[in-house]
Amino acid sequence: MNDSVNVTAVADDGARKKDVKRKMRGIKRSAFAFPYLALSVIFVIVPLFIMLYYAFTDSVTGAFTFDNFKRFTDGWSASLILGKSLLAALVTTVICFLLAYPLALALSSTALNKKFVLVMLFILPMWINSLLRTYAIKIVLSILNVPETGFAIWIRVIMGMVYDFFPFMLLPLYSVLSGMDRSLTEASQDLGASPVQTLFKVTLPLSVPGIVSGVLMVFMPTVSTFAISDILGNTDTYMFGNIINQWFNSSSGWNIGSAYSFILLILIAVTVLIANLITKGKTETGGIL
Amino acid sequence: MNKNVKTGVVWSFVALMLVFMYLPIIILIVFSFTDARALGVWSGFSVELYVDLFNNAQVMTALGNSLILAFVAAMLATLLGTAAAVGIFHMRKWKKHTANFVANITMENAEIVTGVAFMIFFLVVRLPNGWITLIIAHTMITVPYVILSVMPRLSQLNPNLYEAGLDLGASPMRSMFTVIVPQLIPGMISGFIMAFTLSLDDFIVSKFINGNVSTIPIYLYNALAKKGVDPTLRALSAVLFVAVLAVLIAMNIVSAKRRKKQLVL
Amino acid sequence: MAITAREKFDNIIEIKNVTKIFDGITAVDNVNLAVRRGEFVTLLGPSGCGKTTLLRMIAGFAMPTSGTIMLEKQDVTTVPPHLRPINTVFQKYALFPHINVYKNIAYGLKLKRVLTGEVDKKGNPIYRKLSKDEIDEKVKRVLKLVNLESYGHRDVTGLSGGQQQRVAIARAIVCEPKVLLLDEPLGALDLKMRKEMQLELAAMHKNIGITFIYVTHDQEEALTMSDKIVVMTDGAVQQYGTPKKIYDEPANAFVADFIGESNILSGVMKSDFLVEFCGTKFKCMDKGFGKDERVDLVVRPEDISIDGKKGALKGEVVSSVFKGTYYEMEILAEDYQFTVQNTVERAVGETVFLSIGPDGIHIMKKLKTVNEFDGVVSSENTVAFCGGEFEFVNFDGLEKGAEVRVKIPFDKVELTDDEKDGAIGANVTQTLYKGSYYQVQVYTDDDTDFFVDTVDEWDMGDRVGINIKPDDITVTLRERADEIAAEENTTEDSADER
Repeated sequence: MNDSVNVTAVADDGARKKDVKRKMRGIKRSAFAFPYLALSVIFVIVPLFIMLYYAFTDSVTGAFTFDNFKRFTDGWSASLILGKSLLAALVTTVICFLLAYPLALALSSTALNKKFVLVMLFILPMWINSLLRTYAIKIVLSILNVPETGFAIWIRVIMGMVYDFFPFMLLPLYSVLSGMDRSLTEASQDLGASPVQTLFKVTLPLSVPGIVSGVLMVFMPTVSTFAISDILGNTDTYMFGNIINQWFNSSSGWNIGSAYSFILLILIAVTVLIANLITKGKTETGGIL
Repeated sequence: MNKNVKTGVVWSFVALMLVFMYLPIIILIVFSFTDARALGVWSGFSVELYVDLFNNAQVMTALGNSLILAFVAAMLATLLGTAAAVGIFHMRKWKKHTANFVANITMENAEIVTGVAFMIFFLVVRLPNGWITLIIAHTMITVPYVILSVMPRLSQLNPNLYEAGLDLGASPMRSMFTVIVPQLIPGMISGFIMAFTLSLDDFIVSKFINGNVSTIPIYLYNALAKKGVDPTLRALSAVLFVAVLAVLIAMNIVSAKRRKKQLVL
Repeated sequence: MAITAREKFDNIIEIKNVTKIFDGITAVDNVNLAVRRGEFVTLLGPSGCGKTTLLRMIAGFAMPTSGTIMLEKQDVTTVPPHLRPINTVFQKYALFPHINVYKNIAYGLKLKRVLTGEVDKKGNPIYRKLSKDEIDEKVKRVLKLVNLESYGHRDVTGLSGGQQQRVAIARAIVCEPKVLLLDEPLGALDLKMRKEMQLELAAMHKNIGITFIYVTHDQEEALTMSDKIVVMTDGAVQQYGTPKKIYDEPANAFVADFIGESNILSGVMKSDFLVEFCGTKFKCMDKGFGKDERVDLVVRPEDISIDGKKGALKGEVVSSVFKGTYYEMEILAEDYQFTVQNTVERAVGETVFLSIGPDGIHIMKKLKTVNEFDGVVSSENTVAFCGGEFEFVNFDGLEKGAEVRVKIPFDKVELTDDEKDGAIGANVTQTLYKGSYYQVQVYTDDDTDFFVDTVDEWDMGDRVGINIKPDDITVTLRERADEIAAEENTTEDSADER
């Protein structure tokens, strides 16, 4: 209170002084962001444009070409792998969701919601290096004797992905569910909906923003991962990330790799855009969230 | 009765998920105490893997590199990120949207794309891969997380504080450092910790630009991707697991206690 | 009190010996309550008194630790909320943000099953869903009732507080519940809106004839809207009656203090219909108290008349505030500062005379005047109780280790600002102004309640120390104390019979 009184008192001393100060303030404070933004332009945006340039040029002649993208559809091998990646990512996302949603419900329910340590235990593995977690799964798989052939190889890879990405699905679901106004579910039951009807008619629709960000945090990272397949699978289980990684490992493949990276970038932009559209609609009608 | 059954089902599900999350880690730790070469085989208790591990110069160098890199990158990211948060917070409309968009690029982009973009860029500008490229890349990818943890503190701040500093005769810089920055310290600390952990964790971006500097995740990846896995990795993983878990649990307990104290006050 | 068969039949809700304990804290303590069909009953009390918990148990969101809740003669204690024909208007409305106004209101109707009138082969009645047209008709009708006819397609989040309130009410009453529960529904509205909604709610209650159970901490709201008021504190019902009865004849000092402005004094009954306070005898309408029994009494500010020349009490005007239609004056007479309301203003400093008619004085039984604790003699002249040791005068030559009953009158307990100055520490949990002094309730670190009569003002939550002078502690052997108590009880009982 006293501060603000002070401010106006001094500011009234002279209108000119006030003007000068405001201007100075306006420039100075937003200017604090410039070092980072400038570095971002140099080290993040410019590299993406260079990558784009590579994607449209020939590796030998340096001439403009669409050939790098043609590779994607020629013989369909790369696009097939992208298809497989999307399918594997879909399966992983669905399994993660089916496991994480009931768990998030349980953790945010009145019976358990004061168990801070319990919630913490589930979120902690997120901070452990994903390579380590993949390695741990590898040991479990070898104890279980899951073979590295045929369809079983996919079980190995999907299990690794689910185990790796599970906390990233759980966290947004838990935070949206634990932040949800309890009186809404009570109101639903009060109006005659059974607990199951309440789950589908109220809780689930209201947790859409959490579901969307959970899906976002699992789906695309699964498509672009290469380590899990490298460690647990073989060339059959290559994700799109593996292909990009491979092209960049050979010195002549950078242009094609850039083209594929560009395709991945577009895919990500599209999913983020769709996610934003879904949640935006939700937050407009659902201001509480 | 019915309610008890329900609570029982809920608890057993939670317990089962906890087992799903931690059993692999526990198994890995258990098998780090046996020296069988093959995975999942128990050939008697032994600490030999740990002896091997601490005598492994490669691992020790990688560990040192990782810690130095994470510390330097997190320091730089905290400075840049805090300043950026203050700046973005005071921007309006399209400037704010644009700045947020820029900060979001590395967060939402696939790490592999970020990694290869860095690789191509450093090649084009003739910057040889190594410490410099690693520090630049790690700083750039962790700054957004610092911004994320500083921003909420800023919006809780009394908007008149900075003006009060100016009115009392402080220059803008001075007002910023003596009035605003002290208020942001908790956000900066959690931002630093986040940046540090993310940097320690990263291997996808590092893999493309590390030159001949090895870090722990890169060492791990190279060892794991080769199919005949070196058994000392089990000991290394166990040590890392325990270290990370211990630090995280300690940090969470401290912050939980602090929160409680604040509530009491 | 005997209940006639007819009255009993009319009770739509009966709450019997209901107790609710959360984590060792008793939120609702053995409450008994019957609500008649069609009534507007308000649960009134300060926050944390257990009123909302009681409401939640009626709705089915909480289950009593013990006791039963009956709805139309049927035990519904363990019936889940979605199977109870009871609907709730929630504190912050709890409108579903993902669907519009119309769908919010239709939500309950879509789930509703009604009798078709037919029976299946086994003789069980057949239920059916409401048709789309039926739902539409009901929603339209209720939207009209709450004056929101054109708002059906709107998003609920865009509505003002008052409009959201109406939607919440519409959503609940469209299901035609047997009982409508309202949990502080006006709490989030501004004052003007609140007054309007109070009238609308009362009118709505008359029109639709559903039983309303309304929770509030606002005594004015309770007095204007309800047929009956239940005053609660510390999880227990203090009084249940019509607003007029509760205002005119509060059951105890707490109710008197909570409901309306009042002067609460301590007095002594001289005989039936005669009470002495402020050094003066007054005629009153109460009888049946013992001679010279100490009592609490309440005098409403508007029941005191002021005269410039003559009256029972001589006093001086301390302050005067204009309250729109009357003046509220503080008048000091005989150490007691009376709050008086009158349409004629008296100047500050003027000497006036006060008189109170017999019907303006309401006598209440004094609850307790002496703190009683069990303790142990710890040395020749000290006794241990409530986690501390106190010096006392050992007349009876009690031995060390003797189990004793310790008595300290309320006005002999001293509170100290610094807890270090006291023999034991405690927190102030309640203070009640009784005219010339405050009755303060403190909660010791040993989990016992101390009552203190003091002229000093203490705030709730203050940390204090407790001291007692050795002369003021009465110590008797516990066995002997029990005998005395038993004797007193028999005399009291016989006095009542007389």
